Amino acid sequence: MKSIFISFLLLLIFCSNNAQNNTSAFTTYQQKIDGSTLSFKMIPIQAGKFIMGSKVTEKNRKADEGPQKEIQIPAFWMGAYEVTRDELDVFLKDESTSQNITMDAITRPSAQYVDLSWGMGKEGGYPANSMSQRTAIMYCRWLYEKTKIFYRLPTEAEWEYACRAGTQTAYYFGNDPALLGKHAWYAKNSEDKFHKVGLKLPNPWGLYDMLGNLMEWTLNHYMPNAYLNYKSIDSVPVANPKKYPKSVRGGGFSETAIELRSANRLHSDPVWNKRDPQIPKSKWWLTEAKNIGIRLVRPLVQPTEQEINEFFQTYLFIE
Amino acid sequence: MHKDLNNHPSRRTFVKDTSLIAGGIMAMPMLSKANFFSGADDVIKVAVIGCGGRGTGAAMQAISSKQNVKIVAMADAFKDNVDNCHKALTKEINEGIGDISKRLDVPEERRFTGFDAYQKAIALADVVILATPPGFRPIHFEEAIKQGKHVFMEKPVATDPAGVQKVLAIAAIAKQKKLNVVVGLQRHYQNSYRELFKRKDMIGEITSAQAWWNNDGVWTRPRKAGQTEMEYQMRNWYYFNWLCGDHINEQHIHNLDVINWFKEGYPVKAQGFGGRQVRNSKEHGEIFDHHFVEYHYADGSILNSQCRHIPGTMSKVDELLVGTKGKIHCGQAKIVDHGGKVLFQFAKKGEPDPYQNEHDELFAAIAKGQYKYADAENGAKSTMTSIMGRMATYSGQMIEWDKAINSGIDIHPKVYDFNAAPPVVPNADGFYPIAVPGVTKYF
Repeated sequence: MKSIFISFLLLLIFCSNNAQNNTSAFTTYQQKIDGSTLSFKMIPIQAGKFIMGSKVTEKNRKADEGPQKEIQIPAFWMGAYEVTRDELDVFLKDESTSQNITMDAITRPSAQYVDLSWGMGKEGGYPANSMSQRTAIMYCRWLYEKTKIFYRLPTEAEWEYACRAGTQTAYYFGNDPALLGKHAWYAKNSEDKFHKVGLKLPNPWGLYDMLGNLMEWTLNHYMPNAYLNYKSIDSVPVANPKKYPKSVRGGGFSETAIELRSANRLHSDPVWNKRDPQIPKSKWWLTEAKNIGIRLVRPLVQPTEQEINEFFQTYLFIE
Repeated sequence: MHKDLNNHPSRRTFVKDTSLIAGGIMAMPMLSKANFFSGADDVIKVAVIGCGGRGTGAAMQAISSKQNVKIVAMADAFKDNVDNCHKALTKEINEGIGDISKRLDVPEERRFTGFDAYQKAIALADVVILATPPGFRPIHFEEAIKQGKHVFMEKPVATDPAGVQKVLAIAAIAKQKKLNVVVGLQRHYQNSYRELFKRKDMIGEITSAQAWWNNDGVWTRPRKAGQTEMEYQMRNWYYFNWLCGDHINEQHIHNLDVINWFKEGYPVKAQGFGGRQVRNSKEHGEIFDHHFVEYHYADGSILNSQCRHIPGTMSKVDELLVGTKGKIHCGQAKIVDHGGKVLFQFAKKGEPDPYQNEHDELFAAIAKGQYKYADAENGAKSTMTSIMGRMATYSGQMIEWDKAINSGIDIHPKVYDFNAAPPVVPNADGFYPIAVPGVTKYF
C-alpha cells in the first residue's frame, strides 16, 4: 500500500514536472505569480508560416517593412494582455531578491526616482510602463526562477505573426483606420494616457491591445534592412551587445494610426533616457518612454536549462 | 542623443566673437580672468567637485554643450568615486561624442581626494561643477568664487541657516566679479516652466499654491567594517542633516522653488508636521520620511507643501498655482480658468532636456565672455524655504523667516576629518537622535 502511494506521488510529481516542461496540453492557461494572488493568461499560438512585412502598395508603408519574407514560426504561447503593473510589482517588491547587480544573480530594479507611470495609473490592471529592456528581461528571469517556465520577450517575427493572426491587411481587422478606435488606444482616443489592459476588442487569436496602449519590447536589435537577412525559420536572435536601438512593436497610446499598422516598426533610442540626470544612467527605468511596455511569450518547446541561462546572461548584460 | 561636438567654433571665429565684446570688457574692471578664453587656446577647463552619479552626469552635460569644454580635474572625498566618475565618462564619451582627448584629461595627478581636495581641483579650472552632498556647498562655492571661477552648482546650496547666509554673502561677491553662477534648479531652464511663467498673469493674483514630492525615496548605503562614523555618514549621506538637510531640502526644494519663482518672493513664516513612520531603521539616520508644511507669503497667500518618501504610497511630483482667474498645472504645463477651460497648453513633446539646457546656456555665455547668470541668491533663498519647513516640522512651531535665516544655526562638524566626530552620533543601539515636535526647539 505504502509503495503504491509513493508510486502515485511520484506519478503526480512526474506529471506536474511534465506540465511545466511543455508536454502538457497546448491550450490557454493561467500562470500564477508566486507571492501574490495574481495570475496572467497565456494563449497558444500554433506554429505556422506567414508573410512578414508589408506590401509595397500598402498605404503609409515605410521602407523598413520590407522586403516581405515568408517565415516559419515555431509554436508558442503569448500573453493575452500586456504585463500589468500589479504583476511587475510582485517582482519589484520581492524583498528576497537583491538590488545589487552581480553577473549571476537575479537583480531587482532600483526604485523609480520619480513616478514613471506619470499619474496614468498603477494598481488595478494598468499596464507596466517606462521600463528598460533589461528590466523586462530580468522580470522574465525572475519568473523563470519562480515557475521554472521560460518566459521571454517575443522576437519581432513572433510578434508580427501573432498580431496579424493570419491577416495580411494593414491592421488585423482590415485596412480602415476608422475602425481602430474599437481595437486600440492611440493618439486619437487615448487622451494621451494608457488605459487598463483588455478594454478594447481582441485580435482574432484573442490577444488584447496588440495595437496601441503600449509599444511592446521585442528581442531584436533594430536594423532598417533586417528582413533582407531573415532566415526562413524564426529563432531567438543572438543578443546584440549594443543597448540601442531595439525593435518595439504595436505603437502606443501616443502613436498615430499609421504607426499602429501591424507591419510598422519603431525602435528604442538613447533619448528615451535623456532626462536621467545621473551617470551612469539608470539601467532599469526610462525617463522619456512612458509608452513602452511588455508582452510575454513562452516557447512551446522549452530550451534546456543551460540554453536558458545563456540567454539570460547574454541578454541581461547588454551595456 | 549627444550633441555634435564637431560644431565648435573655429579658433578664428572665436577670437572674432571675443573681439566684438572687447569694448564691453573694458567697461568691466572687476571682470575675472576666467571670462577670457581667447588667445592661445579656447578650451574651457572644468573641474568636477563631487564625483557621484550627479557630478558625473553634470560633467557629461558640460562636455555635451556646444562649447569647447574639457574636464581637467576631479575632486571627491573618496578615491573610488573619482575613479568611477572617470571610468563612466570615458565610456560615455567613447560611445557618444568620440575624441576623448579633447573632452577628458584627468591623469592621476589631477584626481584629488579627501576633505580638502576641492581647493586643488578648483585652482586648475575656469569653471567648476559643485555636486557633492549639499552640506559642503557653501565652503566649496566660497572657494570657487574666491579663486574667480564660474560655477555650476547643484541644489540645494546649504543644509542650515549659517550655510544659507554664507552662500548669500558669496553670491554678492560673485556678482561683483561678474562670475556666472547656475544652480541646478533645472525647472528654470525648462521650456514648459518658462512659458508658463511668461503667462502667469492669465490666472490673476496667485492666492494659493500646492507642491508635492511624494514617492518611494532613495538608496541607503550599508555600514562597512572598518569605517569611522564620519566615513559612514559621508557614504550614507542622504540620512544626515548636516550633509543632506532632509529630503524636504534635497528633493522637495524643486517644487518649493517653483512656487517662490511664480510668487516672485519667499514665504515669511511656516508651520507644519512630519515624522518617520516607515523609514525608521538605523541606516535611515535622523531624517523624516514625511513633511507637510503650510507656508505663508507676505501677501497672505498660502503654499501647502507635502513631501513623502514611503514606498507603496501615491506618487506625485508636481506644483499647482491657484489665482483669482485660474490655475497653473505645472506638470501638465497647462493654464485653465476656474471653469476648466484651457487657456494655454504647452506642447511638451520634444521639449529639450532641462539638465542639458542649463549647461548649454551657461557654457555658451562663458564662451562668449558674457555675464548672464546669477542664480546663487535665489538658490540660497529657496534652500532657506526648505530649511524653514524642516525647522517647522521638527519643532511643531511657527517658524519665521527672518528669525530663522538670522539664527546663525550651524549643524556642521567643527573639524572635517575622517577620524573626527560628526555632529550627530548613534546611541549604544546604533540609532540616532530624532527631532520630536513639541520637544525640539530652535528659539
